[in-house]
Amino acid sequence: MRFIVRRLGFFVVTLWVALTVNFFVPRLMPGNPAEAMMARYKGRINPEALKALEVAFGLNTQKPLPVQYVDYLGNTLTGHFGISLTFFPKPVGEVVSQALPWTLGLVGITTIIAFVLGTVIGMIGGWRRNGIVDSVLPPVFVITSALPYFWIGLVLILVFSLGTNGLLPNDGGYDPTLDPGFTAIFIGDVIRHAILPAVSILIVSIGGWILTMRNNVVTTVAEDYIRMARAKGIPNRKIMIGYAGRNAILPNLSGFAMSLGFVVSGSILVEFTFNYPGVGYMLLQAVNNQDYPLMQALFVMITVTVLVAVLISDFLTAWLDPRVRTAD
Amino acid sequence: MSAVTATTTTTAEAAAQGPSRARPGLAVLRAVLGNTKALIGAIMLLIFVVAAAVPRVFTSVSDPNKKFELMLPPGAGHILGTNAFGQDIWAQLVWGTRPSLLIAVVAGALASVLSVIIGVSSAYLTGIGDNLLSLLTDVFLVIPAFPLIIVIAAYAGGGGQTVVVLILVITGWAYGARQLRAQAMSLRNRDFLESARVRGERTAYIIVAEILPNMVSLIAATFLGAALYALLTAAGLQFIGLGNSSTVSWGSMLHWAQTNEALQTGQQWWVIAPGLCIGLLGASFALLNYAFDEISNPALRPVRRRKGRK
Repeated sequence: MRFIVRRLGFFVVTLWVALTVNFFVPRLMPGNPAEAMMARYKGRINPEALKALEVAFGLNTQKPLPVQYVDYLGNTLTGHFGISLTFFPKPVGEVVSQALPWTLGLVGITTIIAFVLGTVIGMIGGWRRNGIVDSVLPPVFVITSALPYFWIGLVLILVFSLGTNGLLPNDGGYDPTLDPGFTAIFIGDVIRHAILPAVSILIVSIGGWILTMRNNVVTTVAEDYIRMARAKGIPNRKIMIGYAGRNAILPNLSGFAMSLGFVVSGSILVEFTFNYPGVGYMLLQAVNNQDYPLMQALFVMITVTVLVAVLISDFLTAWLDPRVRTAD
Repeated sequence: MSAVTATTTTTAEAAAQGPSRARPGLAVLRAVLGNTKALIGAIMLLIFVVAAAVPRVFTSVSDPNKKFELMLPPGAGHILGTNAFGQDIWAQLVWGTRPSLLIAVVAGALASVLSVIIGVSSAYLTGIGDNLLSLLTDVFLVIPAFPLIIVIAAYAGGGGQTVVVLILVITGWAYGARQLRAQAMSLRNRDFLESARVRGERTAYIIVAEILPNMVSLIAATFLGAALYALLTAAGLQFIGLGNSSTVSWGSMLHWAQTNEALQTGQQWWVIAPGLCIGLLGASFALLNYAFDEISNPALRPVRRRKGRK
């Protein structure tokens, strides 16, 4: 119980820090970018939107900063992010919610696949020290983990899309000539479009899981309960999965929470490379169009999503490991 | 990021060996030379350092922006051909080493200094001070850095090298601080520190002369991780056009290649070469890290060496 309360507290604090940073960045930058932005927009957009922007960025208001801050927190927590300039006059919240499922689908599923696959490979590698898996894979993945996500994406496009005359698509999330809907053709098309971006993320992110799990298993194998299990004559495979693997996976799971931010960061560039219609691509579009309300809403949205995922993995750890629940 | 950091995850707790009386610098050198992977990493890094310091060793072109014929295929005069602007791709690659390496090393070093300060103080303070610093570390670790960087860079209007380094340091210190705190915590109650306290040494002396030497390998790992993070993030930032696109670096090469549709127009080397260099430099950091990993966590040393000792 106490653990859950503490993690929820952490969730709230982190969210608050992110929102606060988001509030102060445009206000404290040298040269007041918010004002410069307003000057640019004058005459280009209608007065109503201008007014909404002024409120959002606290310009031309008599309100002191603390009051603006409280207003901003209230607006953000109730989902009022203002109006998007790129997709005028749609509210930002609506625009973001169109992009979010794409990213959740692509990055979420890929991350889970990478975690499961990496953990299994790492477990086998650590269990059979100096075996084939252990001697070949770690060095390979040390190198792949050092590659930029977007560059892997570019190489995959070169080889599997341009090199095969467009066998796999490299642009967008689905074929725009198809009718979106839950039809077999459309879903198949979405999956086809997701393959290359997903493989880019998988190649870079799996290495971390393999190495961590491998090192955890190596440390676990020296434990007395492994020797005990061996003495009892339990089959090797059972010891690997039920004894060594089970204990070694716990630190990996909390590592999962910690590295999610890195994966999401990399995915933004993957989405950009493939013009994938997720939040990362939209964020860069917002930057290019100087659509500041959309930009800030996307940052909040991405942060909240990552925090929720962290919370889930926290609870999963607590459920799997009684020591976490009772520890102070 | 993940490879370097992942290998050190388990080391934090296991890391605390007793105080080694050997000079830490020597131990590091021995570890690097005695480990094939680390040695390969060191050699790779050395080549990049030479290219950054004296680019003329690798190319006869004195100005990376010099114009030749447009879009030449790789051949005798131009090893990797020329791009849509007529620039020699190999020359750009060589001259681009300096800014790329510099930003990785500078941002990596500054971030690790911050990690050491925050991590070690967090372990040494007790109660509320430690709680606050740990919380700060965890918060910075969880907030997705790249979206934040994009937002800041967008407001800063692209920004010069200084802004980029600053952002990389602010977003890059947390992972190392967490690891260093864990190791410093496990060192805190060791006998040799107790004896230093009994001798009446000042806290500053204890931290600098007794604790830090025992953390050298983890600090080095922290630096390598932070440098890799800075390298990849800076390249990503330049790729999307938010870095300084006018200097010739690997990231800006990728940016111009992408905006000129290099892949679609048969100039694949313009894309492949800079990305490969980023990967190789990053891999050299990660490979070097193997050495430090094995110093700090003896359990990870290859099995045959352990047999020999028994």
